[in-house]
Amino acid sequence: MSQFTLNLLFIGASFALYIGIAIYCRAKSTAEFYAANRGVSPVVNGMATAADWMSAASFISMAGLIAFTGYDNSTYLMGWTGGYVLLALLLAPYLRKFGKFTVPEFIGDRFYSPTARIIGVICLLIVSITYVIGQMTGVGVTFSRYLEVSNSTGLWIGAALVFCYAVLGGMKGITYTQVAQYVVLIIAYTIPAVFISLQLTGNFLPQLGLFGTHEASGMAFLAKLDMLVTDLGFRQYTAHHNSTLDMVLFTMALMIGTAGLPHVIIRFFTVPKVSDARKSAGWALVFIALLYTVAPAVGSMARFNLTATMWPGAQTGDTYSQPAVSLDSIQNDADKAWMRNWQVTGLLNWEDKNGDGLIQYYNDAATTGPVTEMATAQGLAGNELTTVNNDIMVLANPEIANLPGWVIAIVAAGGLAAALSTAAGLLLAISGAVSHDLIKGTLRPNISEKGELMAARISMALSILVATLLGLNPPGFAAQTVALAFGLAASSIFPVLMMGIFSKTVTKEGAIAGMLAGIISTLLYIFAYKGWFFISGTNMLEDTAANWLFGISPASFGTIGALINFVVAYLVSQATEKPPVEVQELVESIRVPRGSGSAVMH
Amino acid sequence: MSDRQSSNAYWQANLRIIYGCIAVWALVSYGAAIIFRPLLQSIPIGGTDLGFWFAQQGSILCFIVLIFFYAARMNKLDAEYGVDE
Repeated sequence: MSQFTLNLLFIGASFALYIGIAIYCRAKSTAEFYAANRGVSPVVNGMATAADWMSAASFISMAGLIAFTGYDNSTYLMGWTGGYVLLALLLAPYLRKFGKFTVPEFIGDRFYSPTARIIGVICLLIVSITYVIGQMTGVGVTFSRYLEVSNSTGLWIGAALVFCYAVLGGMKGITYTQVAQYVVLIIAYTIPAVFISLQLTGNFLPQLGLFGTHEASGMAFLAKLDMLVTDLGFRQYTAHHNSTLDMVLFTMALMIGTAGLPHVIIRFFTVPKVSDARKSAGWALVFIALLYTVAPAVGSMARFNLTATMWPGAQTGDTYSQPAVSLDSIQNDADKAWMRNWQVTGLLNWEDKNGDGLIQYYNDAATTGPVTEMATAQGLAGNELTTVNNDIMVLANPEIANLPGWVIAIVAAGGLAAALSTAAGLLLAISGAVSHDLIKGTLRPNISEKGELMAARISMALSILVATLLGLNPPGFAAQTVALAFGLAASSIFPVLMMGIFSKTVTKEGAIAGMLAGIISTLLYIFAYKGWFFISGTNMLEDTAANWLFGISPASFGTIGALINFVVAYLVSQATEKPPVEVQELVESIRVPRGSGSAVMH
Repeated sequence: MSDRQSSNAYWQANLRIIYGCIAVWALVSYGAAIIFRPLLQSIPIGGTDLGFWFAQQGSILCFIVLIFFYAARMNKLDAEYGVDE
């Protein structure tokens, strides 16, 4: 069976499964549409949350981010998991007790102000829309690579699928499709990792293989990798190179940003009880950790395999015994077929700059060390493996390790599952904010239950259309959205929710001033270095570590934005009139679990 | 004890548990994995040191344990104060 047929078979079967679930789980009321009627078990919700959370970035890009930077990018591993501790301890149980449908609704009620609610809606929309663009682009790319259709055809197929199960099923349909998508994506991620760990370390658990022994050389795997990359003039894999302060702040920004992402928070509205919300966050993290503890192994082992392909002597003995691969071998040998396959996609490329018929891969920016001496002695014209995209570490992994065709097909289905499940969760958060907060909450409070359900479906359909159009023509800033989405969630949504629960004295003026100060300072800092609205050339300061205020990178500034938010909210609250008694009672009531069932109807 | 006093005591007890958990949370991630990594350099683990293990694996495992510990501890507290569901 050809690779194309296999891909079609696996992707087609997974799609049939998702649509089947959607038809079975149609939402019939707003409670089902927004919160799956609060009948989802904590384990099932944990699994759905894991799929909701793990996006195309987690599945495709994260291992590559770690592979080419090493220890310094552990920030992503800790940041994107540590946020769940904050969710479980500081937000999820109380917001579940509050018992309504959206995040802005809590902000509006706790801070007794429609203005605060609207600001919450605006933050939610900016965060979720920037996030969804990346998912749709990922869907288009995956389709075009594995199913040989154009990028835009792929996007429309993906959009039609999301339309089927999200518009029909709402939260209820999305929950159960996300469970199926989690299963698909975790299998797809784990199988190649197990094979590669076995090949390199003889250990079938990648988590143990990472800290195990490299069988061919008998050295500890990470020590071997360190030696290999430093031999080539790259920075040591396990060492700390960047600023400690910035590493701490960036990890913090990712953690509090994660805890403040509306599409993750609303998943905890679906469980029956407050105690389930706490437990469910734990289960979510278990399912997330199954991928997140494999990712560093995938990254380091794929980096090792890629490097050892270019330096064949590295597998066993002296790195320098074979410092290059011949062009002839790359163009003809069966074990290098993957290089030719991925050259077509533009994610991998090489060029014989000095015309010696060999491709040399090394760090040509290094100025001292044996590799530089070798380059000078042999008259090399620079590194000749010119493009190695981060994403290749996961996508090409099965081929690099010579795994069978069905593994490649399942990786394709897994990448799509990761992107589609996150897109659906984001679209639900967006449509909830539009139909529940804007239409029902502000514009037409008298709308009937049936009318609101229809409004929710229409706004979901429109959000899919907008997301698809943005995915077709991704704005230039698509790559910068991580900094923006996490910066805004960290500096606006997380602090305001936390103060709403843990303080009875923060007033509406305090909350509004805090949110505005947090968002504006974070946006200004990001725009100053990245360009106004990410238009290149309009940045006021050059985006280099030397220019950053106290060495704080724009992506880490969300932490500072959150601090500014807290301080401003506190100061303004001191100067304004105390919250009314009923608001203080609301805070009292969300702090105790008893009575969460009765709060459902409102 | 009146209702208000009791719920106040419940909240204070909850806060104490949260402080403890947050301290551990910060210690394993910002502490062991980043700031104190140089101090843990002497403890080898699989070709690198303990700080690296915390950064890429240990902290995540600790996070999981923390959440389940908190959930279990709070279930007990809820029952003690009669505020469970």
